[in-house]
Amino acid sequence: MKRTTLAAIALTALAPALAACGTESTKQAEGGRAFTVTSSADGCEVSGDTAPAGVLTFEVSNTADEATEFYLLGEDGLRVVGEVENIGADGSNTLTVKAPAGTYYTKCRPGMTGEGISAAFTVTESAEGEQELSATDQQRVDEALAGYRLYVRDQSAQLLEKTEQFVTAYEAGQDDQARALYPVARTHWERIETVAESFGDLDPKMDLREADLEPGQEWTGWHRIEKDLWPAEAKAYTPLTPAERTTYADDLLANTRTLDTQIQDLDYTVDQVANGSRGLLEEVAVGKVTGEEEAWSHTDLWDFQANVDGARVAYEGLEPIVRDNDAALADQLTERFAALQTLLDAQRQGDGFVLYTDLSPAQVKELSRAVNALSEPLSRLTAAVV
Amino acid sequence: MAAAGAAGAYAAGRAGAAEPSSASGPASYAFRGEHQAGIVTPAQDRLHFAAFDVTTTDRDELVGLLRDWTEAAERMTQGGYAGEGGAVEGDPFLPPDDTGEAIGLPPSRLTITFGFGPSLFDDRFGLADRRPASLQRLPHFPADDLDPAVSDGDLCVQACADDPQVAVHAIRNLARIGFGRAAVRWSQLGFGRTSSTSTTQSTARNLFGFKDGTANVKAEETGVVDTHVWVGADDDAAGAWLADGSYLVARRINMQIEVWDRQPLADQEAFVGRTKGEGAPLGGTREADLPDFDAVTGTSPTIPVDAHVRVVHPSMHQGAQMLRRGYNFVDGTDALGGLNAGLFFIAFVRDPATHFVPVQNAMAKDDALMEYLKFTGSALFAVPPGTQPGEHVGQALFA
Repeated sequence: MKRTTLAAIALTALAPALAACGTESTKQAEGGRAFTVTSSADGCEVSGDTAPAGVLTFEVSNTADEATEFYLLGEDGLRVVGEVENIGADGSNTLTVKAPAGTYYTKCRPGMTGEGISAAFTVTESAEGEQELSATDQQRVDEALAGYRLYVRDQSAQLLEKTEQFVTAYEAGQDDQARALYPVARTHWERIETVAESFGDLDPKMDLREADLEPGQEWTGWHRIEKDLWPAEAKAYTPLTPAERTTYADDLLANTRTLDTQIQDLDYTVDQVANGSRGLLEEVAVGKVTGEEEAWSHTDLWDFQANVDGARVAYEGLEPIVRDNDAALADQLTERFAALQTLLDAQRQGDGFVLYTDLSPAQVKELSRAVNALSEPLSRLTAAVV
Repeated sequence: MAAAGAAGAYAAGRAGAAEPSSASGPASYAFRGEHQAGIVTPAQDRLHFAAFDVTTTDRDELVGLLRDWTEAAERMTQGGYAGEGGAVEGDPFLPPDDTGEAIGLPPSRLTITFGFGPSLFDDRFGLADRRPASLQRLPHFPADDLDPAVSDGDLCVQACADDPQVAVHAIRNLARIGFGRAAVRWSQLGFGRTSSTSTTQSTARNLFGFKDGTANVKAEETGVVDTHVWVGADDDAAGAWLADGSYLVARRINMQIEVWDRQPLADQEAFVGRTKGEGAPLGGTREADLPDFDAVTGTSPTIPVDAHVRVVHPSMHQGAQMLRRGYNFVDGTDALGGLNAGLFFIAFVRDPATHFVPVQNAMAKDDALMEYLKFTGSALFAVPPGTQPGEHVGQALFA
């Protein structure tokens, strides 16, 4: 197994790694690898939807009044392959990314908020392009870390946005809407849970469950509000007053803002990313597959899926490195992520999932076995990349 | 009986020097041999038994699992680590290859015995035409109150050792090796062997307080073992791979402990058909005395017609004998504060259709002990023959 010392894995973000190949790619761009993107207030026009594998460039122009950002996303629509952000009104910027063959999505986010406008983008096999992509170990590590950094920032931005919507509905007494937004907003939290938990002071204020309270500890955050929105199973429960609602809502939102601010400056090491992937599956094993996380709403499967999303995105960024060092491990991880996803997909309902309480013991056992099957090889991921 | 010959090759690392063989037997048993260890092996004091569901549908992955299990089992029975990397010697970035709780412990006469359940022979692995006729899910018996969650299974692993930590270590590590290919369906801990399988062992007692297994098949009775325990080469055309193997019947028998304890001594002895102290058949004086089923006391049979010893006696079943290898269990207490306890019955037989099913039916129908028993788990497994050097367990089945 190849080892790079941790010290050698510089905390480089996207820019240096990609800038290094940016000059070369200008020549390669002739073969249909250069695109223009026009981001308007309500549109995202890309000059093509197919490219041969290699280094691709997207020259993004903003024709709207507000700043925009542009992403190239992986097949799952979550993994960030590359992004340029903060392109001001009438401004432009170029995204340069290395893209092996596969299915992707382009996405503009006018105003740098909301769902954005996505379109499918296909990268086809290309012998000369793939060769260009062969990177040194250091480049691969840099790219994996940069990609993960972007992913976490993107999820954090969406968490903040959805949390704003959630607390607004909750404070306004629009409980149905708040209940619908609760698992949606928490999805973004759970995808980056291991990162959020690294801020030891914020996590207990935001995500503590009632059962985990210490004597005298004040209960705040998501689950405090959860209980207030789903009081049916709570014994002798006194609903929160509007003033109390505002207090808890403001507190959650303020902490989410703080988290987002701190995440902007965060850099990662390769072992942190690998351990984060494993850690997210551990979250599933101890809290989600047991139905303990969402004691009142029973929306545990949303969290389950989000933890798996986060673990898979972290793994996929590292996959080229794993594949070089231990191809059998890479195959096994890919296969077992897919097997777990198949079981989760079977529980989808509408835009979300069935409630945990609707699962039969046999279904829970099957999910638990798939989590164990994935977690065992995942526990070997860190050693395969450091 | 295989002795501790190969121990040195694997013992390094975990325990240091294995404890020497003593008058009470060898320190460890060879994993490989003509028959699997853990059957006629003198019964150890502790048990951890696990049934697995195979979760992969890929035959090659199943074979890979059996290969990995064979290697790990051979190492552990010799006092070694489950995995080559050891518990503390490996890569600090990797979870250890062995879970570590057996560091410093001797082999403790660990045996690991593998079996294949009837469900393994469905359409998943192309084994349907290799299923012996007698490898069927056990029928429902009168008074069965089975919990499906602690019954059946595709595979079983019986780990027996003189130290419970060594037995648990074996099952835990084999389960870990299985993740993604096989998952534990249920498992049972046992203590206090309730049978002796060698003439060198004294007869132990079950939780009713009675000696159990006095008339058990003993390893030294090689003729009896060949007739009643080992499957013959010509027993079953589809099951030629099982020759020199056996069938393992597992039954989780809960005892109504508190109710039993209120029975007068004479009644307890009448139910069992033996004296509680010596274990002699009623009418006899020594444990080894043969029961006289024709003896009469007054106008009644000395050994009552519903006495356990009579109902299940080989003479009542065309001479069919079982090699019993059960263990007591206490799984804490139940919701009412009673002991959740009983006998985890294990028997090895040449053919369950002739050697177990009729006996269990007779017991369910006529045995006075049934009043105090509840059968809560049940399983049958085919136990393949011993593993030869270079082979994995059950190799002939997949050839």
